[in-house]
Amino acid sequence: MNGEFRTCPDTGFKIHLPADRLIKWNAVTSVVFLLVGGLFGLGVALTRWPEVHLLPAEWFYLALTAHGLDALLVWIIFFEIALLYFASAVLLNSRLAGPKFAWLGYWLMLIGAAITNVAVLRGDSSVMFTSYVPMKAAPDFYLGIILFAVGALIGCFVFFATLYVAKKERTYEGSVPLVTFGALTAAIIAVFTIGAGAVILVPTLFWSMDYIASIDSVMYKVIWWGMGHSSQQINVAAHISCWYAIAAILFGAKPLSEKVSRTAFFLYILFLQLASAHHLLVEPGLSSEYKIFNTSYALYLAVLGSMIHGLTVPGAVEAAQRKKGFNKGLFEWLAKAPWGNPVFSGFAISVVSFGFLGGISGVMMGTEQLNLITHNTMYVPGHFHATVVTGTTLAFMALAYWLVPTLWQKELVLPGLAKWQPYLFGIGMSLAALFQMGAGTLGAPRRHWDMTFADATLGFDFPAGVYLMMGLNGVAAVIGSLGAAIFILNMVGTLLFGKPKVPAPAAPAPEEPVAAGPVSSYGSAGTMAVPGTFVLAMIFLTAFVLYYFVNWNYLASVWGLS
Amino acid sequence: MAEQAPGAEEPVPMMQQLLDSPFLLLLIGVALPTVLYIIWGVMEVVAIPVAQ
Repeated sequence: MNGEFRTCPDTGFKIHLPADRLIKWNAVTSVVFLLVGGLFGLGVALTRWPEVHLLPAEWFYLALTAHGLDALLVWIIFFEIALLYFASAVLLNSRLAGPKFAWLGYWLMLIGAAITNVAVLRGDSSVMFTSYVPMKAAPDFYLGIILFAVGALIGCFVFFATLYVAKKERTYEGSVPLVTFGALTAAIIAVFTIGAGAVILVPTLFWSMDYIASIDSVMYKVIWWGMGHSSQQINVAAHISCWYAIAAILFGAKPLSEKVSRTAFFLYILFLQLASAHHLLVEPGLSSEYKIFNTSYALYLAVLGSMIHGLTVPGAVEAAQRKKGFNKGLFEWLAKAPWGNPVFSGFAISVVSFGFLGGISGVMMGTEQLNLITHNTMYVPGHFHATVVTGTTLAFMALAYWLVPTLWQKELVLPGLAKWQPYLFGIGMSLAALFQMGAGTLGAPRRHWDMTFADATLGFDFPAGVYLMMGLNGVAAVIGSLGAAIFILNMVGTLLFGKPKVPAPAAPAPEEPVAAGPVSSYGSAGTMAVPGTFVLAMIFLTAFVLYYFVNWNYLASVWGLS
Repeated sequence: MAEQAPGAEEPVPMMQQLLDSPFLLLLIGVALPTVLYIIWGVMEVVAIPVAQ
């Protein structure tokens, strides 16, 4: 058994070699699909830039379908499977349970993603990521997604089995580390997500093959969003685990309170998936009780979980920094943080953008009345670009800057560009999200090739600000794409051409290897003296309340009932 | 691994027992949204009268 492990010279982790290989393959594959999805995304953004309007209509809907599929699902799920194996086998010092099943899962995911991509590229399945019935794609479009989902489900159960093996073989004591618990939360949401997907996509596959006469469109939406939105909730749990991992790795930070952070993840397990209902808020067939319970009453408990993480993650960093002596004023701990290290800058921008842009806009949209202002407008992609792109993707990129050189034991090929990459990508995509939300607030429709309605019998004139914001969205998306390209270049270049890491002979041994630190252990910081974080939290709450109020006011002005 | 070590005879709190049980959490995390979101939603769709 010992021959199946290696000890990481940087971190001290004892890594099971089959887990090592699977983490690497899943991570590399994810980056390839990020490239594909990103290219299609750039095509979409340049088409929605009114002055550029790059792609013809057929290509636009094809690109939009492929972008949604590859960027929202394939890149992220492959990376999350790598994270699940890291958070179980590596952090728990354990062997990975059933590597052969894990490989089966990997190949099913890869083949499934390839099949669906081919179906989309063929041009007969431009039904967009949501594939609402009665729009019909080719059977292999649905088949590919089903295979991909089955593969991901196998990956989740390999993770659960590894937790069982680690506990049984006593590779850790007490409770699992917080990062592993966050990964467990993501895996649980993934099982629900994939189950919901199977329930609706299997009959849809038969419908596309003409074995079933019809599928009710509202029924499809209800069940499909159990998969479609919950798949993005997997991301939330996973990238918050990344935040805790990065805080622990870079600063040796322990959560302010393990119990509170775990309870916040537990709130996710209970309630986060219910947010799916905010896609149904204008459906006439569903009652207000169903909509409001799922999106407001219960979802607010999950929002409470997010706000706890939003406080405890920077709070953990502040506590660790203050312990090192950065005590001057409210923000010396933040000013002296390693802003030139892409692991930290990516993490910091991810926390801020996810909270301020993605979080607040999500709660606003999840309110039944306010949803009327923005439903099916550009506001929606604005919201999820803030959550999935600047929240999840940037957090994954930040972790990759640590994970890839550590696992492969190679130096980054472009360390200078890496310092700038999180700023280019994070700020570019944050601005893109902001401009999309601005255009959406003024009524710009989403998923529309030509919002000027040039050929429509009944035209519509948007305010000039809409065109300005869609143009600025295009510029911001180009900047963000440049950041994404640098990341991909750096990762692929490091794998192919990176120089092997050579430990400096005079370098002192780290005081505490990462493997023995808070990332793989249970324990709290033992202090709540984080005044800088509380000030930041108050700024966040003020912005939240003001934005919420402004939107109610806006609703009153656009919806004149009196 | 560092701080948790409760005394051997000290009972583990119920909430911690729950959070230390991945399969119980899996059951809860799948059952709750299935009932509140999927089943409730499907029942509402099924209850829509069919057009005559």
